Amino acid sequence: MELGQMQKSLQDYTKSLFVEGILDSQFLQLPQLQDESNSDFVSQVVSLFFQDSDRILNDLSLSLDQKVVDFEKVDPYVHQLKGSSSSIGAQRVKNACVVFRSFCEQKNVEACHRCLQQVKQEYYLVKNRLETLFKLEQQIVASGGMISAMDLGF
Amino acid sequence: MGMVRESQFHVLAVDDSHLDRKMIERLLQKSSCQVTTVDTGSKALEFLGLRESNDPNALETHQQEVEINLIITDYCMPGMTGYDLLKKVKESAAFRSIPVVIMSSENVPARISRCLEEGAEEFFLKPVKLADVTKLKPHMMKTKLKKEGEKPSEEENATLKPEESLVVEMILPLNQELELEQKEPMLSSNKRKAMEEVISADRSRPKYNDITTSA
Repeated sequence: MELGQMQKSLQDYTKSLFVEGILDSQFLQLPQLQDESNSDFVSQVVSLFFQDSDRILNDLSLSLDQKVVDFEKVDPYVHQLKGSSSSIGAQRVKNACVVFRSFCEQKNVEACHRCLQQVKQEYYLVKNRLETLFKLEQQIVASGGMISAMDLGF
Repeated sequence: MGMVRESQFHVLAVDDSHLDRKMIERLLQKSSCQVTTVDTGSKALEFLGLRESNDPNALETHQQEVEINLIITDYCMPGMTGYDLLKKVKESAAFRSIPVVIMSSENVPARISRCLEEGAEEFFLKPVKLADVTKLKPHMMKTKLKKEGEKPSEEENATLKPEESLVVEMILPLNQELELEQKEPMLSSNKRKAMEEVISADRSRPKYNDITTSA
């Protein structure tokens, strides 16, 4: 595929993430914080998000599997995940966390299990899409092209 | 031309989330600030130079390690919350003039007013944006102005900006009592410098009863 086509693909792909609500405008703040002295910022924060989320989802699974669920533990985990997903613009993950927290407040174990599944689903989705996004960018750079915030088409 | 030198502002950022620390650090760096990040309120106090003494209710002031122009802290943190940290800073004679900003992912009006009443300059809803961070400059400028007032000025007639002259005129009547009330050891003989301290003290502590009731 030639460079121009690849760049168009990247634009279209990125746009779709916003149209589907997987990402929100907060994600667009990230490239603004990237510059020559911090050229890897976006991928660093996204990696941090993946690491944090993997850990939290694991802790949440363990906590909800206990015979007696300790909601004093569960709620802070969801709060943390809500925070980091919000910080990078992972809108659907954030929204799923909001719902999750309301069921935590009600101490509804069954509903919380369902919420966890929902959060996991949204997380794997955004993870997958972002990984694809970065791959597309890498292909462009490898072919001698450049990525700028303009390429995101906004 | 201006009184304030070009040296960078140094911000102390407190957040238990690694990701958010990274974000706030970059946001502040992008606004030309030097940043120190810590993950707890206790570490923030330690960094400032406030350490617990034997008396659990008192915090001793050790030599201030670094000059901080602003503290920005998350509200929800395990152990010492951002609100607790705000209180401790404002209770400390040495550090209460440092502007404090609170960040929170939750929009709770009662929480916001509590923080503002306790002396927080701003309350930012997370995720914090570049546009929010630009609002911090005026608060940090106040601390620089105060410091500038202490140092011998090279320009005898260094002028205040027009807006500030207005403020000086407005609070002039208050000035006499405030000079007498000044408990800080940095009283200067130069009246103009004293006025600057008064202005910055007044503006950085808008809610302090001892200034308004002394009139």
